[in-house]
Amino acid sequence: MALAEDSGKGRVRASLPPWIKTTILTIGSIAMTMLGLLFVTFIIGRVMPIDPVLAIVGERASQSTYDAVFLELGLDKPLIVQFGYYIWDVLHLDFGTSLLNARPVSEDIARVFPATLELATLGIIIGIVIGVPLGVVAAARKGSWIDQVARVLALVGYSMPIFWLGLMGLLIFYGILGWVGGPGRVGIFYVDVVPSVTGLILVDAALDGNWDVFKNAFSHIILPASLLGYFSLAYISRMTRSFMLEQLSAEYITTARVKGMSEWDVIWKHAFKNTRVQLITVIALSYANLLEGSVLTEIIFSWPGIGSYITTALLSADMNAVLGGTVVVGLIFILLNILSDLLYRVFDPRAK
Amino acid sequence: MYHCRNRLFAGVTAGVLAVMPLYAQTPDNMLVVAQNIDDIVTIDPASAYEFSSGEYVANTYDTLVRYDAMDTTVLAPALATDWQIDAENKTVTFTLRDDVTFHSGNPLRGEDVVGSWKRVVSLDKAPAFILTQLGWTPDNIEEMVTAEGNTVTVRYEGDFAPSFVLNVLAARPASVVDMEIVMANEVDGDLGHAWINRNSAGTGPFSLGSYRPADILTLDANPDYYQGGPAMDRVVIQHNPEGATQRLQLEAGDIDIAKNLDPGQVAGLEGIDGVRVETYPQAAVHWVSFNQKTESLTDPAVWEAARYLVDYEGMADGMLKGQMKVHQAFWPDGFPGALTDTPFGFDPEKAKQILADAGVETPINVTMDVISAPTFVEMAQALQASFAQGGINLEIVPGTGAQVITKYRARTHEAMMLYWGPDFMDPHSNAKAFAFNADNSDDKYASTTTWRNAWMPPAELNEKTMAALAEQDADTRLEMYLELQRATQAEAPFVIMFQAIKQVAMRNNVQGFVNGATSDYVFYRLVEKE
Repeated sequence: MALAEDSGKGRVRASLPPWIKTTILTIGSIAMTMLGLLFVTFIIGRVMPIDPVLAIVGERASQSTYDAVFLELGLDKPLIVQFGYYIWDVLHLDFGTSLLNARPVSEDIARVFPATLELATLGIIIGIVIGVPLGVVAAARKGSWIDQVARVLALVGYSMPIFWLGLMGLLIFYGILGWVGGPGRVGIFYVDVVPSVTGLILVDAALDGNWDVFKNAFSHIILPASLLGYFSLAYISRMTRSFMLEQLSAEYITTARVKGMSEWDVIWKHAFKNTRVQLITVIALSYANLLEGSVLTEIIFSWPGIGSYITTALLSADMNAVLGGTVVVGLIFILLNILSDLLYRVFDPRAK
Repeated sequence: MYHCRNRLFAGVTAGVLAVMPLYAQTPDNMLVVAQNIDDIVTIDPASAYEFSSGEYVANTYDTLVRYDAMDTTVLAPALATDWQIDAENKTVTFTLRDDVTFHSGNPLRGEDVVGSWKRVVSLDKAPAFILTQLGWTPDNIEEMVTAEGNTVTVRYEGDFAPSFVLNVLAARPASVVDMEIVMANEVDGDLGHAWINRNSAGTGPFSLGSYRPADILTLDANPDYYQGGPAMDRVVIQHNPEGATQRLQLEAGDIDIAKNLDPGQVAGLEGIDGVRVETYPQAAVHWVSFNQKTESLTDPAVWEAARYLVDYEGMADGMLKGQMKVHQAFWPDGFPGALTDTPFGFDPEKAKQILADAGVETPINVTMDVISAPTFVEMAQALQASFAQGGINLEIVPGTGAQVITKYRARTHEAMMLYWGPDFMDPHSNAKAFAFNADNSDDKYASTTTWRNAWMPPAELNEKTMAALAEQDADTRLEMYLELQRATQAEAPFVIMFQAIKQVAMRNNVQGFVNGATSDYVFYRLVEKE
């Protein structure tokens, strides 16, 4: 630790290295963000016109049963005290028990989050692999047929209800053609065949060397992932096109062309290179949205993910589950933000 | 470049072909069911109180007497071979079967019966009230229920018809659990609740294979079941909340039974090879009620007029086709004691005349709460249209199930469209709900339709309800329930409209699936595949 002398008053004080200051600020910012997020979610849960006790005991339980559960949930205490207890438990990594299935919320999240992670990751990969080149080509060939196709694809992606598209996808590729597996993460004969190590069935099957399970799981994930991928690529390709058009109209691109540089190099080595920082933000946001869980996709494909878990919990005032899910989703956003910041520094020398 | 493209095409084609033969018919020894199971809160018979958990308990546990898969309308011996009721009608003595073992291999003992019921009363979870009706408390249960050898003696406090007591003991919370193994897994005085939420400890035809909430539930056959092991080695219940995809799975042959199809999806199965739809009458009745805390709804003329403002036949033959039938009394058709008269029809002119004769000013503007689910919202819209013709304007207030029952319990609604299914198969379960209210005070909560609509029935109706509960003669008792139903048809602020029907689609080779009137009577034990 460096020591710096305060020349004005002759005192000596510790000056922290910049990276430590940054780390402390980042952690403090994460903590405050999470606290705020939890507080708002907690209050929303408590002001909703739903009685969480009824969600547990049902509408016909006796008054004594109702009262016992009311006390058990600590609902007799002031809101701020309830929130304090909750935060204390969370700091001890105890998210409480789900009211809807009487199991620890942490166990539920460990079960549903990998399902969403697997689906979202494959979805964003599809979105990037197709969306970025499509956006680049659409910008480079502005006004051409490929640009028109890209714009129509993006427009359809924005405007088509995912519910309808998912059902149509299932009808055609599963019901009629039989090319993909149906709803669920894996076929009924492959359930629990490979040991769960990561919770990601594709990874677990590969680790176990069970390629039948891998193939089956892939056949089940490919359609919902493509669906999510399509919606991501609609956004990614549109934004890529826009960033590229901005770059391609810049003077340095004209200079490069005048110097006789090939069009390939102009587009990919110069223009595209300068869109990377903006693209990182777009991709990170898209990925974060997918990781929140796409509720409708999860419902259509019977995908036991975090989106439908939080939604079901919210509708039944299962606040332990909602808050647990909120912590995870909040952390994802924060981590992806941090990751974006780090990547900025890698790709943009000015940020260093 | 050409070769490269060819290789790419070949690769893609091979990939597609590789994943093509993904599904086939389900195996002959396995039944695969697609069903929405996210309603399950717990699978402990002491606390299980949802539809799907009821089905689970029915297939993994037994009671001393039960409505069995062979005939779900007849109360038959189950874990008990016979029973005797004493002359004072205060004690029932059961003789247990001597050839029953739990899934663990432990033999069934009288102590398991006593322990199981004590556990329910002590845990005091949602369905505990069914047993505590008999006057049982955690303190007295061991005196009220005693075991000696293979005999279990059951005592109760109160004047109850013998059939009522037996119906209570046939209900879900009266299921007998393997107390030895349950108590061996007790944690922090939870009476094994956490353990039994992940394991089964019954004597039923199936044991729990695996369960992941809102994902999958599997049942493994119990070959040692005392009535013979099931033909299916395994039943897989796959969570799928979406009827449209259930239908696709059924047509593809990936599942054997689809349980959550709407009328449109059922209609779409007509003419599809290898698939059929079975129809099962259910015990739930659907009604509209009027909260008596709302001034404009307190005049009995409004209740009477409302009975003529429902287009019963039009709704049943239209939007509800195959899902509901017209039924206008609180006890469902198909059960002893049910009143099948349907004296009311859609007649807006008559309704207007009733209101005019009573001097009721119209229009009456009132909100109606309804669960925001497809069929219910459509029903509410139809009621809104037909009630308007009689001068009653309904403003529909949709909400989630939890929202609606929160409001209902607090008695802050005006009109309510909901349904009611009996807790156990005795007419008292519904008579108490629709014709009895001991105390209408705000602080005397009762989970009845009467209390929650702040309606105090005439004293005579209350007395008749309790008299029917105590009536010893079975025929007289049923007659009394018919009378109670006629009285509520005429005097209560409820418009009972329909009785539910369940439609289940299945592959043609599935035979023997039993779907009784409630979730407690859904059985997989007799399922075979031809």
